[in-house]
Amino acid sequence: MLKIKNLHTAIEGTEILKGIDLEVNKGEIHAIMGPNGSGKSTLASVLAGRELFEITQGEIIYEGKNLLEMNPEERAKEGIFLGFQYPVEIPGVSMMNFLKTALNEQRKHKGMEPLKSSDFLKMVREKKELVQIDSNLTNRSVNEGFSGGEKKRNEIFQMAMLNPKLSILDETDSGLDIDALRIVANGVNSLKSEDNATIVITHYQRLLNYIIPDKVHVLYEGKIVKSGDKNLAFELENKGYEWLAKEVSTE
Amino acid sequence: MEKNKDNILHKYTQNEYKHGWVTDIESDTIPKGLNEDVIRMISKKKNEPQFLLDFRLKAYRYWKEMQMPSWAHLSIPEINYQDIVYYSAPKQKAGTKSMDDVDPELQKTFDRLGIPIDEQKRLAGVAVDAVMDSSSVKTTFKEKLAEKGIIFCSFSEAVQNHPDLIKEYMGTVVPYTDNYFAALNSAVFSDGSFCYIPKGVKTPMELSTYFRINAANTGQFERTLIVAEDDSYVSYLEGCTAPIRDNNQLHAAIVEIVAKNNAHVKYSTVQNWYPGDKNGKGGIYNFVTKRGMAQGNNSKISWTQVETGSAITWKYPSVILRGDNAVGEFYSVAVTNNHQQADTGTKMIHIGKNTKSTIVSKGISAGYSNNSYRGLVKITKNAENARNFSQCDSMLMGDKCGAHTFPYIETNNKTAIVEHEATTSKIGEDQIFYCNQRGINEEDAIGLIVNGYAKEVINKLPMEFAVEAQTLLQISLEGSVG
Ligand SMILES: Nc1ncnc2c1ncn2[C@@H]1O[C@H](COP(=O)(O)OP(=O)(O)OP(=O)(O)O)[C@@H](O)[C@H]1O
Ligand SMILES: [Mg+2]
Repeated sequence: MLKIKNLHTAIEGTEILKGIDLEVNKGEIHAIMGPNGSGKSTLASVLAGRELFEITQGEIIYEGKNLLEMNPEERAKEGIFLGFQYPVEIPGVSMMNFLKTALNEQRKHKGMEPLKSSDFLKMVREKKELVQIDSNLTNRSVNEGFSGGEKKRNEIFQMAMLNPKLSILDETDSGLDIDALRIVANGVNSLKSEDNATIVITHYQRLLNYIIPDKVHVLYEGKIVKSGDKNLAFELENKGYEWLAKEVSTE
Repeated sequence: MEKNKDNILHKYTQNEYKHGWVTDIESDTIPKGLNEDVIRMISKKKNEPQFLLDFRLKAYRYWKEMQMPSWAHLSIPEINYQDIVYYSAPKQKAGTKSMDDVDPELQKTFDRLGIPIDEQKRLAGVAVDAVMDSSSVKTTFKEKLAEKGIIFCSFSEAVQNHPDLIKEYMGTVVPYTDNYFAALNSAVFSDGSFCYIPKGVKTPMELSTYFRINAANTGQFERTLIVAEDDSYVSYLEGCTAPIRDNNQLHAAIVEIVAKNNAHVKYSTVQNWYPGDKNGKGGIYNFVTKRGMAQGNNSKISWTQVETGSAITWKYPSVILRGDNAVGEFYSVAVTNNHQQADTGTKMIHIGKNTKSTIVSKGISAGYSNNSYRGLVKITKNAENARNFSQCDSMLMGDKCGAHTFPYIETNNKTAIVEHEATTSKIGEDQIFYCNQRGINEEDAIGLIVNGYAKEVINKLPMEFAVEAQTLLQISLEGSVG
């Protein structure tokens, strides 16, 4: 589904990603861990098409297409969803209007009719239940005045509504209380299918108790320095990243 | 994406003004220039009573002694008042004498603008007075309104049929001495709308005036007068467009509103005069004096405006809260793009006791434009317990435009509570990216964000026009994030 080859990106002349190789197949869940500033969010942004970052080398193939040639909204319509680390507030734009516009754009792309209001509302009710999001939130403006945890839950709610093929969740678990964590994880698990894939970016092994990853990668100074199964996460939790740094430098 | 954005910006700023075409119709036009003879000629063409001619001449003599004001945050090129045509009326073909017949060419013009002057094809629930250049073309639903005692007609017609009402109210809210453009208008005004709501009557439909400038080199100087008797209600809407022309055209209008005891007048404007091209060539100079006198106890006057057009806008719809418990409201969205300039706001003058005013102003500037809010809240000595709340927000798109706020507050009574809030925001690239990431393209994202920002004002518009206003906002701004 997703193949990243030797990806290098820079911002204002500073190289941030320094040769990423990553392959994600349908039905898989990958976890990316790594210290602050290692480039996790940068990778997520590049996948979503943020132009802030310059691609200096490498390629990304998504569903057989050159992802780097697609603009952000095309990528979204082709099924890429980014759960933002810092969801943006859009004052005055109602959550419902926003979601309906997004959903109908995506439907249009697939040659489908816009959703009838009643069907839309029904879907909203279903998905709200799934992620147990407070009714009041969806009646407000997009993320405006939401607490940190509410914003994260709202990202999962949007993911549930848009039903993406590839979800990239950038620290969706940080700032969540333990109940919310479980709910978010349940949301991700119940949306999981043979046809979609998820990349979760996290600092905490505990999330991976709920969302069992097929692979865990460690991103360190712009490179994936180690990949393994879920046990790698435990190892990181115990040992931190220092030992990896040594491993890398002695390589 | 920078490049992509430039393209969109290009596309939309190149976008032609939709109403920029010209109707090819013969008109009765007087030579350009301004002097007492021209004023006499206008008055004669309109077959006006002596009192009106006297009024015009007094105003003209007053105006001649005045200087164009320079306090606004605008750079206004010198206007040569001798180079303007002060009267031009479309000639209706012979045989269309009856008031119900409209020259097909004019009918087509208003059809094309989407203005229903044919009652058969009417927009549900809206009566229209259609004004082209210096005269009213047609007023719809006059008879139906007359059944309730409502007078809704062109100003010229009111002068003929209801001279006493004109004499009683004209110039009482905006005297000709008020300001430079008010004096000019009082000297040369050509047509406009008149509306009289009798005691206890609520208008059964929206009343609206649609102004169209067609002829070249003419100025448009219309006057609107609305009188709402005790316990009455009227919702009034004004719209306007003009052809694309390289030279600037002057529009200097006056709107006067009188609201008596318990009367409520709601006045909405969707202003879409030609704004000039992307380099700032051409466009309408829109210098308008609008004022309401909330003279009765418990009276209420609300102004709602969506301003997207004109090269230069100079406009401060105001309310004088004279009656006790009177309410004044001003809701405004002003958009400037390219080289447009707007200096707009309101004045709320509190005189009566327990008077209340609300000001919500939302400025949006893009391109190289300048957008200023200028407001005065004045609490006079006897205005016990006056309340004002003002909210002035500015939104910037790109970094070549400007937004300015000039709130003036004068309080002469200790019991007054005046609150002022102001914010400035920028449409963030991160907001647009967030929308993009959900599948919403840049244009639609800006539409969503801007309409969200302006929602509080748009919601005050009558339903039929809220949608039009939303589209207008989006069209005026799409792709202007730099
Ligand atoms: N817009 C930007 N301008 C300049 N530098 C940036 C920008 N965005 C990211 N960087 C830099 O790129 C590096 C990687 O940042 P990134 O946000 O990808 O890290 P991260 O792994 O997500 O960290 P965290 O765990 O703290 O979220 C950091 O050094 C950061 O300062
Ligand atoms: Mg991050």
